[in-house]
Amino acid sequence: MNIIVCLKQVPDTESQIKIGSDGVSIVTDDVKWVMNPYDEFGVEEALRLKEKHGGEVTVVGLGPKRVTESIRTALAMGADKGILVTDDALEGSDALATAKAIAAAIKDLEADVIFAGQRGVDDDQGLVGAAVAELLGIPQLSLIVKVEVAEDGKTVKVERPIEGEALVIESSLPALITVQKGLNEPRYASLPGIMKAKKKPLDEKSLGDLGLDAAEFGAGARKLKILELTPPPARVAGKMVEGDTPQEKAAELAKLLHDEAKVL
Amino acid sequence: MAQGVWTIAEQRDGAIRKITYEIVSEGRRLADALGQDLTVILLGSNVKDKAAELGQYGADKVLVCDDPKLEPYTTDAYVAAISGLVKDGDPAVLLVGASVEGKDLSSRLAAKLDVAMAQDCTAFAIEDGNLIAIRPIYAGKAYAKVAFENSFPQMGSARPKVMELNEPDASKSAEVVDAEFTLDDGDLKTKVLDVVKDESGKVDLTEADKIVSGGRGMKGPENYKILEDLADLIGASVGASRSAVDAGWRPHSDQVGQTGKVVSPNLYVACGISGAIQHLAGMSTSKVIVAINKDEDAPIFQKADYGVVGDLFDVVPALTEEVKKYL
Repeated sequence: MNIIVCLKQVPDTESQIKIGSDGVSIVTDDVKWVMNPYDEFGVEEALRLKEKHGGEVTVVGLGPKRVTESIRTALAMGADKGILVTDDALEGSDALATAKAIAAAIKDLEADVIFAGQRGVDDDQGLVGAAVAELLGIPQLSLIVKVEVAEDGKTVKVERPIEGEALVIESSLPALITVQKGLNEPRYASLPGIMKAKKKPLDEKSLGDLGLDAAEFGAGARKLKILELTPPPARVAGKMVEGDTPQEKAAELAKLLHDEAKVL
Repeated sequence: MAQGVWTIAEQRDGAIRKITYEIVSEGRRLADALGQDLTVILLGSNVKDKAAELGQYGADKVLVCDDPKLEPYTTDAYVAAISGLVKDGDPAVLLVGASVEGKDLSSRLAAKLDVAMAQDCTAFAIEDGNLIAIRPIYAGKAYAKVAFENSFPQMGSARPKVMELNEPDASKSAEVVDAEFTLDDGDLKTKVLDVVKDESGKVDLTEADKIVSGGRGMKGPENYKILEDLADLIGASVGASRSAVDAGWRPHSDQVGQTGKVVSPNLYVACGISGAIQHLAGMSTSKVIVAINKDEDAPIFQKADYGVVGDLFDVVPALTEEVKKYL
């Protein structure tokens, strides 16, 4: 099986987010960059599919050179090779443009299954996976927690939890699967894995290499314009509920929730 | 020129879901701001009788796509039906609900139409005749104000439980129109084999009106019973922090935070949750936040409307007894 994993690098979820002086971007000086947490589930599932069905796992990342580190992490977990789509002209691209570049990097790889995280935990859009699937003309299966590829490798059965239900969906392959927590427990890279990863192939592709026109990418070509970033609406620390015993505090809290907050 | 506001209804087993009324209400406000009409697309099998009532929330017209292939929802069939209607109708604004289905549908539809999309928004407005959307990013650590650049329809999805519901007006009814669409079997590559209902009756955290959530301070899975007792009494769903989920105490679907669910209930009761930044990110749009924690320096108190410093194993059962007085 030919398995692709799309990879994004994002600020660690422990990061404080500070807005830059331009008002439309974040300050990245102190940011610790990590593989998007949802993509880790994709890497793990790809490795499990390979272990069961054979084949090759290719990790496709997009972004500046620092993304190489996250691709190497995936290679250290066991992926076979990496592709980094990197070009100064990509800086500031929106989801549609990003998907076009990723789809261009994937289209000739004859993928059977493509994994992507259900969303990047930075922009929280969750658009790129679906757009890559659309551009490649293949089905998308979103927010999946279980993946079973048929023995013949022609179909896949997946499970998608929705509000109050779980759907079991069958799709033809190739397909793009976006993954979420609950699918698996991603493995850690072993020391030998880390050593081996250094020798695994990692190709860089520019927009020109992919036959794409740089003018269609970057902040200037965005169809979704960011007008302004602001800190979240401030929540003023409220009342500390007083009382000499837990019972007194509980009684006071219940009273406040009923009389003042009116939520009981 | 693109004209009118459209929304896509969400129904399940023929019943209109609440998120639909939320986006129809918001769609009405945007249509009024533009001085244009509000059209709703309703898809499913034998759903036409549900169409006219959408007028009570403000729809002028409902386009009905009725076909057995549209039940249950699949991305392929819905996108095929809707994309043709949108191309023909050329609306200025297209709103969907940011439910699981709505996000799946809208992300593919936007790509198919080659237009920009603002996912999971908490506010919309019309400025100078164009749609403006506010959307939390970094799970709410920052908010982005976004606009659309020569991209029609201007597409946005609304976070569940954030948009204000219009008071239904029983005297109003929408014009119901059978939509013309074609579904080519060759385009339908996915099939729902089975639907497994959650029999617990628990409301999904993203749609819950109240949430009682437990973290590391719960000390073990067996202790969630005290949260469930309180939750059952006040009609809440039980959530958890990442550390509780990672410890295996609670299922993944219960996790609130940046790598779990982002929730906006009317009441969020955080028990034994210190308030790691990635948890705070997932629940800070809750309307009323209560924190119960024995560490008075816990960061959660900075976000809480009501804080109780105390042992949750004493406070929560006492609270369960006390709230009975008000029910």
